[in-house]
Amino acid sequence: MRTIFYLIQKEFIQVIRNRVMLPMMIIMPIFQMLVLLYAATLEMKHIELFVVDNDHTEASRTLVSKFEGSPFYKLSGYSASIQEAEKQMKKDKADIILNIKKDFGKSLSRGEGTDIQLLINAINGTKAGLINAYSLNVLSEYMGEYAKDRGVSAEQFLSGSLDVRYRYWFNAELNFKHFMLPGILVILVTVMGMALSAISFVKEKEIGTIEQINVTPILKYQFLAGKLLPFWIIALFELAFGLTIGRIFFDIPIRGSLFLLFAFSSVYLLAVMGIGLFFSTITRTQQQIMLLFFFFNIVFILMSGIFTPVESMPQWAQTANIVNPLAYFMRVIRMIMLKGSGIQDILRELISLSIYAILIFSLAVWRYRKTS
Amino acid sequence: MKSFYGFIRKEFLHIFRDPRTLLILFGMPIAQIMIFGYVVTNEIKDIPIAILDQSKDQATREISNKLISSGYFKLVMNLTSLKEVEPAMKKGNVKEVIVFEPDFRKKLESGLPGSVQIIADASDPNTANLIVNYTFGIMQDYMTQYQEGKPNIIVPEVRMIYNEGLKGVYMFVPGTMALILMLISAMMTSISISREKELGTMEVLMVSPIKPFHIVVGKVIPYIGLSFINAVVIILLGFFVFELPVKGSLILLLLESLLFISLALSLGILISTVSNSQMVAMFISLLGLMLPTILLSGFIYPIENMPVILQWISNLMPPKWFIIVVKNIMIKGEGWMYIWKETLIMISMTAFFLLVAIRKFKIRLE
Repeated sequence: MRTIFYLIQKEFIQVIRNRVMLPMMIIMPIFQMLVLLYAATLEMKHIELFVVDNDHTEASRTLVSKFEGSPFYKLSGYSASIQEAEKQMKKDKADIILNIKKDFGKSLSRGEGTDIQLLINAINGTKAGLINAYSLNVLSEYMGEYAKDRGVSAEQFLSGSLDVRYRYWFNAELNFKHFMLPGILVILVTVMGMALSAISFVKEKEIGTIEQINVTPILKYQFLAGKLLPFWIIALFELAFGLTIGRIFFDIPIRGSLFLLFAFSSVYLLAVMGIGLFFSTITRTQQQIMLLFFFFNIVFILMSGIFTPVESMPQWAQTANIVNPLAYFMRVIRMIMLKGSGIQDILRELISLSIYAILIFSLAVWRYRKTS
Repeated sequence: MKSFYGFIRKEFLHIFRDPRTLLILFGMPIAQIMIFGYVVTNEIKDIPIAILDQSKDQATREISNKLISSGYFKLVMNLTSLKEVEPAMKKGNVKEVIVFEPDFRKKLESGLPGSVQIIADASDPNTANLIVNYTFGIMQDYMTQYQEGKPNIIVPEVRMIYNEGLKGVYMFVPGTMALILMLISAMMTSISISREKELGTMEVLMVSPIKPFHIVVGKVIPYIGLSFINAVVIILLGFFVFELPVKGSLILLLLESLLFISLALSLGILISTVSNSQMVAMFISLLGLMLPTILLSGFIYPIENMPVILQWISNLMPPKWFIIVVKNIMIKGEGWMYIWKETLIMISMTAFFLLVAIRKFKIRLE
C-alpha cells in the first residue's frame, strides 16, 4: 500500500512541477467552457436577408418588416433585381433571398393563392435547414396575422383546422448551451483520463525509465495503480471544476443526482483509462500513441452524438457505438443533467460500461505482462 | 548537400519504418470523410416517437400513418395515458410524443379544430425544433387533403442554392482537408522536432555539421509529401464517393493546398521552438490548432452566430481562410478574383510565423 502511495506521489510531483502541464489543466476547462461554448452554437442570429421586392404593396412591406422585426434576421440589402441578389449571395453577403413577385399583394387581397420564393444558400446544410425552419415560421406568423385581420382565428387558418400546441420539454427556451456544455465536459474528461496516464506510461518506455522500474520490487498492479489513480483523481476533479464553471457562468441545470453523475463518471473513466492503457502497450513512442488517440477520439467524438442525434445515424454506426465509450457517457450525462433521469433510467448504460471497463482492463493488463 | 540529403533520408526512414503510424496517417482522412459522409448527417431520420391517441379514429390513424411513413419518424411506443409520457422521455428513447385529444375526428366533422399536442425533448434544442417543424408540416399536409385542397394562402417555394439536397459533403470535405492538413503538418512536425529535444538527440544534431536551417527543412519535407498525398486523397474521395466535383481550377486548388500546408508547417515549427517535450507540443497543437480548426473556422458552426469577440479571433485562424478558398474553388467554381484576398492573408501568416520561429529557434542549449 505504501509503495502505491509513493508512486502516486511521484506522479503528482511530475505533473505539478511541469510548468506547462499544470496551467494547461486549469486553463483547458476554462478555455473550453468560456470560448468553445460560445463558438459552438447553432442558435441562428444575424441571418443575412436580401429582399427582392417587385410588388411594392402594403402587404409586401408588412412581410419584410415582419422579417426585420425578428431577432434572427438582418436586412443586408434590398433590390428589385434577382440577379443583383444572386450576386450578393455569391459573395457570401446573403444567406437567404426573399423574392416577392409582382402580384403578391393583389392576389392576397383577392383571397387567391400566391407564391413566394425563398432562395437559401445551402452550402452549410444544417444552417440552411434551420434558416428554412425559421423563415417558414415567420411566414406562417405573417399569414396568421393576415387572417386575423379578416376575422379568422390564426391557428384554424394556418393548419386548415387544427389546434396544435407545442411543448419543448427539459429546455423550454431552446438554449443551445445547455445542450453543448455536457458534451464539452465529456470531451474534457476523456482527454484527461485517456491521454494523460497512457502518455506518461509510454514516456517511461521511450526514455527507458521503465526498465528501472521493472527491476525494482514494485509489483505490476502497484505500478499500474500508481500510474492510473492520480489521473483518475485529476479527471474527476476536472469534471467538478467544469460543472462549477457551467453552474456559475451559464446557469446550467443539474436536475438529476450529482452523486449518480460522479458515480457514472468514475466507471466511465475506468473504461477510457483501460483503452488508454491498452494503447500504451501496443505503442513505443509518444508520437505514435498521440496519433492513435487523435484518430480514435475524433471517430469516437463524432459518432457519440455530440452534434447530431444518434438515432439518425445508419444502423451499422449505431451498432459500432457499442464499443464507443463516449456514446454511453454523452447520452447519460445529458440525461442526468438536463432531464433529471435516475438510476433506473441509466441502468443499462451503467452495466454495459462496467462490463466494458472490466474487459478492456483485463485485455490491457494481459498485454502489459507479455511485453515487459 | 550530401549530409542534408542523408538527413532527409533519415526522416523518411523514421516515418516509413513505422507502418502503424503510416496506416493511421493515411487511414485518417478516409475514415473521417466516411464518418462525416455517412454518420454525422444533418438529416432527420428515424427519430423515435411515441403516440398517445386518445381518440383512436380514422383521422388520427391516418395522421399517425402519414407521420411514420414519412421516414422522419419511427414509432417505438403507443402510450395509453398522459402519465406514461414523462417516464418515456426520461428514459431517453423517445424524442417526441404526439398527443391526440379525445374526439378528434368528431370535432373536425363538426367544423371545430381538432386538438393535438406535440411534446418534444428539447434537451437537444435544434433537433427538437426541426422535428416539431416536420411534424407540423405533415399534419398541415393532411389537413389540406382533408379539406380537399383549400390551399394555404401563401405557398412558399423554397430553393436551396448551391446544394439542392442539403448534403453535408459541401461542408465537411473542405473542413476535413483543413483539419487533416493541420494535424499532419503542424502537430506531427512539432512533435517530431520536440522529440529530438526530449531524447537529447537534438544536441547531437547541433554539433554535427548540418546547419540548423537544414535540420528544420529536413524535418518538414516528409510531412509536406504526406500532407499533399492526403489532400489529393480527400479530393478524390469527395469526387468518387460523394460526387462532389471540383468546379473551379484543380491546379489552383492544389496550389492553395500547398500554401496551407506551408502555413501549417511554419506553425508546427513555431510550436516546437517553445516546447521542450512531446506532451507539451501535443497539448499546444491540440488546444491551439485542433479545437479552433474544428470550432472557430466555420467548419461546423457558422461564424456569424458567434459573439463579436470570437468573430475577431476567428480571423486569426488560418483554417478559416483556407476553407473559404476551398469552398470558392470547389463548390462555387470561382477563380482567382474571388480568392486573392484570402491567399494574401495566408501568405502573410506563413511569413510571420516563419519569422518568429527563426528568431526563437535556439541553436544552443540554454
